[in-house]
This record gives sequence, structure tokens and C-alpha cells, in this order.
Amino acid sequence: MNGIPMELGLLLSAVLFVLGLIGVMVRRNLIMILMSLEVMLNATGLAFIVAGSRWGQADGQIMFLLILTLAAAEVGVGLGLALQIFHRFHTLDADSVNEMHG
Amino acid sequence: MIELLGWVPLLPFLGFLILVLAGDWLSKPLTPWIGAGSVGVSALLTALIGAEFLNGAMPPYRLVLGSWMTVDNLSVPFGFYLDALSMTMLFVVTGVGFLIHVYSAEFMESDPGYARFFAYMNLFVSAMLVLVLADNLVLLYLGWEGVGLGSYLLIGFWYEDPNNGYAARKAFVMTRVGDTSMAIGLFLLFTQLHTLDIQSVTIQAASQWTPGTVLPVAAAALLLGGAVGKSAQLPLQSWLPDAMAGPTPVSALIHAATMVTAGVYLIARTHALFMLAPSVQFIVAVVGAVTLLMAGCSALAQTDIKRILAYSTISQIGYMFLALGVGAWSAAIFHLLTHAFFKALLFLAAGVVILCFHHEHNIFKMGGLRKSMPVAFWSFMIGSAALAGLPFTSGYYSKHEILLAAFQSSPVLWTAGCLGALITGLYSFRLVFVAFFGSQHSVIEKSPGWRMSAPLLLLCILALLGGMLRIPLASVFPVLTAEENLHDFNAVSAITVAAPFIGVLVAGLFYLTGTFSPQRLESLVWIKQLQRFFFSGWGMDAFYNMLLVQPFKTIARLNKNDIVDSIYSGVAFLSLTFHRLFSSLQTGRVRWYASSMVFGAVVIIAIGWLS
Repeated sequence: MNGIPMELGLLLSAVLFVLGLIGVMVRRNLIMILMSLEVMLNATGLAFIVAGSRWGQADGQIMFLLILTLAAAEVGVGLGLALQIFHRFHTLDADSVNEMHG
Repeated sequence: MIELLGWVPLLPFLGFLILVLAGDWLSKPLTPWIGAGSVGVSALLTALIGAEFLNGAMPPYRLVLGSWMTVDNLSVPFGFYLDALSMTMLFVVTGVGFLIHVYSAEFMESDPGYARFFAYMNLFVSAMLVLVLADNLVLLYLGWEGVGLGSYLLIGFWYEDPNNGYAARKAFVMTRVGDTSMAIGLFLLFTQLHTLDIQSVTIQAASQWTPGTVLPVAAAALLLGGAVGKSAQLPLQSWLPDAMAGPTPVSALIHAATMVTAGVYLIARTHALFMLAPSVQFIVAVVGAVTLLMAGCSALAQTDIKRILAYSTISQIGYMFLALGVGAWSAAIFHLLTHAFFKALLFLAAGVVILCFHHEHNIFKMGGLRKSMPVAFWSFMIGSAALAGLPFTSGYYSKHEILLAAFQSSPVLWTAGCLGALITGLYSFRLVFVAFFGSQHSVIEKSPGWRMSAPLLLLCILALLGGMLRIPLASVFPVLTAEENLHDFNAVSAITVAAPFIGVLVAGLFYLTGTFSPQRLESLVWIKQLQRFFFSGWGMDAFYNMLLVQPFKTIARLNKNDIVDSIYSGVAFLSLTFHRLFSSLQTGRVRWYASSMVFGAVVIIAIGWLS
């Protein structure tokens, strides 16, 4: 409709998602992991928006609103956890907080 | 009086219950009053019932106390059946049993297990009475197993010594082989005849089965298996000599007078089946003849006073089997009766010798006890005379009758029986001459009190005069057909009477006068080997050890880790392995979890994509 082809939008979304995923897997800093998670969530949201505009329906945008809410809650909880971890272990390195191994 | 029949087995059982539940709290003088008293009242009751029964026309009397089980078309009552045969057995079990109980009251006095002993003895007597009174084969089997249990408990009475426990287990397992055969026989009878009531079985078998066909032969052979196990006949005889590990009154009661004759009773009770299976009946005779010779030879080589008597018991039961096999039913039961008297007498006298002689069993260490132990000596003289069948003792009448019946059936069986009679005279008087004559090697510790002497005296009288106590069994058994021409056997009779005398004479020449020296005989190599062979009971123990015990032990050793169990331990091992594997995956690293989730998602998407 407005000239941006759906394939490109989805491709951008996929690239962003993979970037976020790689961030989650390779970064050790908890803050950076949370930021990468945000990127992944927003990539998913972008995919919804693109799909919604492709079919001309509002569902995609409603879904994005839900995801935003989810992301806000997740960040709230995530930052709280990060704060506690830093408080207890004096580090934000995710790998050094591996006390729960079998 | 006869209505009180149910109390006869019940009283000893009550005695058992009291002694087993309250034995430790009873004062020691009270214990034998309960133990021997219950059997005594039972014996008194038997005497009264017997007087009433024998004075009448002796119609079989049936008493049903209640129902044991009723399933579909099988109904088993607690029913007793009294006829001349069970009356005879009642007299033996309660009469001899009571005398042995009185004797035990003194014999076991210093034993810590005094009450336990009487409890087991009462249990045994009760089970034996159920066995002989039962009117159906299931109740008979209950008594049959009950006496087996009593025998096991009493052989292993001195359980601190592992050897006694071994002897008890051996007796239990070996008789169990026979019992299994008997149980299968009962199943066969029930599936074919739809009843286990002894009288109905007898009638139905005679009307439904033709003589000599497969079914009666199989049934009789299976019952014979049970009888052979319980009565210690070939091939299941080797448990009895080891059963002498029990106290001497036990050997007298269970392993001489009563339990071991249960097999004879069973065959006599089911004689109708055996008459339908002539081949099996012939096997009974052959088993008896072979056993009496084998056991007689083994008795010749023994040095332990109780083992000599044990082998002689096997040999005498062989005579009973011989009599059953040739159809001389009442002669077999008559010999059972007289054997109970003189063998109980011999065992009790042996008990006196053992108790007063430092618990010594070896007859060659005794010697010259004639003067110091007159009671035991005369008991042994009378008992051995009856055992050998010297004229005018009780054993003479019964054995003579058996041998004449055997001659009518087959001269070969008669020859075996006469040879056995000769050997009997030899080994019984070898024992007497070695233990009671010659020079005394050692002083005795004490002499028996009245409770041991009185039963001995009574049994002496019974062993001498028991031949007159014949209960007419014609109402139970068919009469021998060829009995009318007995007087043709004058020569046969003479040989039969002479055989034991020759044995006694040979024993005298060897062990009394010293005309022949046993030592010189033993210096011959083959005699020595033969003696060793006889001593081991014809190597039956070694044979069974090689054939059954060793392979069993080998299998047990191979299967030490239990092959069947490996399935379940395999399951446990598998779950433990997976547990280790999965718990090693839980590293606690968040990034690792995320990566494995991504990997999993990629794999799942790839699978979905490609398929």
C-alpha cells in the first residue's frame, strides 16, 4: 500500500531478531542481555506490524501494543532481578551466577 | 464312649496349645503333667473306646465334627473313621506314645527346652492321631504333613548344633519329595473319581477302573511314592539314620514306633487301589525286600547304638512293605504293632544307656554293662529277641506270618526275607554282646528312676506278649486266598524259624565267645571296603550328594547375582544413568539454556520445513 514490500519488512524483522538472539547468547552482562531481549521483542512486534499492514487489519497493531506491555513488565522484573544479583554478588556477569547447577 | 472319639486327637492338641502359649510360665513339675497327661487321658479314652469297639461287632464308626472346606463339588469334613485298622493304630499311637511321654518326663528333665519338647511331642501325637483317624484323604494329608512338621521340629530340637539343623532339613526335604508325589496322587484321584473320602474312593475305584490299567497303576504308584518317603524305604531312606540327631525319646516315638509306619498305614488304608494295580503291588514287595536287605547290611557295619537301631527300623519297615506287597495286609499291620512295642523298647533302653553313660553312642566304648544296668540289659535282651524274631516273642509271630505269606507269593522274596531275618539276628545280638557283655570299660554315672524304668518294664511285657494282642482285621482286609495249605510248609517254616538263630549264633561266635575275631576279618581288604560301603548306607548319601546337592549348589553359585533380578536392577541402572546425564545438562548458565533452546527451535523448524 505505502510502497514498502512485505518481504523487506519481514527480512528486517528477522535480521533484528537474529541480532537480538546473538546478543542474548554471546553477551555476558545482564543489562546487555536484557537489551538484546528488547531488540528481539521489538523485532517480533515489527513482524506483526508488517503483517497487519499487509492484510490491512488492526490485529497486528493490537498485538504490538500487547507486546509493548509485556516488554515493559519484563524489563521491570528483569531490572529488579539484575539489581538483586548485583546487590548479592557484586557483579552482573551472567555466567558467574551459576549456582543452580545439577 | 465311642462318641468321645474326637477328644482323642484333640486332647494332645490342647496340651500343645497350653505348652506352647504358656510353657515358660508353667512351673517345671507341672509341664510333664500337661504334656504326658494329655496323651495319658487320650490313651485312657482310647482304651475305653477300644473296649467298647472290640466287644461289639466292630461296625465302622464315623464321626463328623464339622466342615473344613466346601468348594464346588469338593467337600472336606473334619471326619473321623474308626474301624479295626484305625483302632489298632490308635492303640499304638496313644499307648506307646504315653509310655514314651512318661519316659521323656525324666529323660529331658535337665534340658532347658523341657516345655518346648513336650509341646512338640503333643503336636506330633495329635497330628498322628488325625492321620490314622481321618475319613478322607485331605484330612489324612493334614495329619501327614503335621507329623512331618513334628518330626522336623524334634530332629532339630537341639538347634544350637548346626548338624542337627541339617539333619532336620534333610529329613524334611526328603520326605517332602514323597509328599509331593502323594499330593499329585490325591489330585489324580479327585479328578478321576470326584471324591476324596477313603471309603468312597475304594468303592468307586473298584467299580470304575479295570485292574492293571493306567489310572489305578498311576494312582497307586503316586501314593506309594508318598509312603516310601515317609517310611524311609528305598530310594528315599537315607534321611532316617540322620534323624537320630534328635533326643532319644523322639527317635523311639517318631522314627521307630509311629510316624515312619505311616506309609504302611497309608498303603493298608488304600489297599483297594493297590489291588487294582498288581504291578505296583509287586513293586511294593520288591522295595520292601531290597530295603530290608540293604538296611540290614548297613546296620551290621554301624558303631553308633542309635544308628544301628535306625537301620534296623528301616529294615523292619521293609518287612511290612514286603507283607503289603504280597497281600498279607493284616500281617503287615500286625508287624507294625509288634515292631512299635519292641523298637520303642530298644530305643528307650538305648536312651537309658546313653543318659547313664556320659552321652556315649559308640557301642565299642561300652562293654560289660550287663551287671551295672540290669534294667537296660534285660530290655535290650527282650527287645533284640523280639526284633530278631526268636520264638515266643511278639516279633516272631508277626515276622513268621509275613515270611510264610511271602513264600506263597514268591520263593525269591521269601529267601530275601529269611536272609534279612538272619542279618537281623546278627546285628541285633552283635549290639547286645558288644555293649552288655565282655569287660566294662567305664563306670556309669547314675541309674534310671521309676519314670524311665516303668515304661521299659511295660514295653518289655508288650514286646514279649504283644503277639497275643492281635486285633482281628478281617473286617477291613480281604483274606489271603491260599492260607488253607499253610501246613505244607513245614520245611519252609523250619528254615524261617532257624534263620535268626543262625544270625544270633554267628554274632555270639564273633562277639561273645571270641571264636572268630572281627579284627582278623577286617584285615581282609575287600571286607574292609565292604564294611565301609555298608557303613555309609550303601553310598546313598554320596550318590544323592553328587546327583542333586552338588549340581544345585553349582547352579546357586552361578546364579549368585540372580538372573531374574537383573531385569529390575537393569531398570534401576538405566534410570540412574539418565539421571546423571540430565543433571550434567543443568549447568546453571542462562546463556547455555538460551542457546540450547535456540538449537532446539531450529531443529524443530527444520524438521517441519523439510517434511
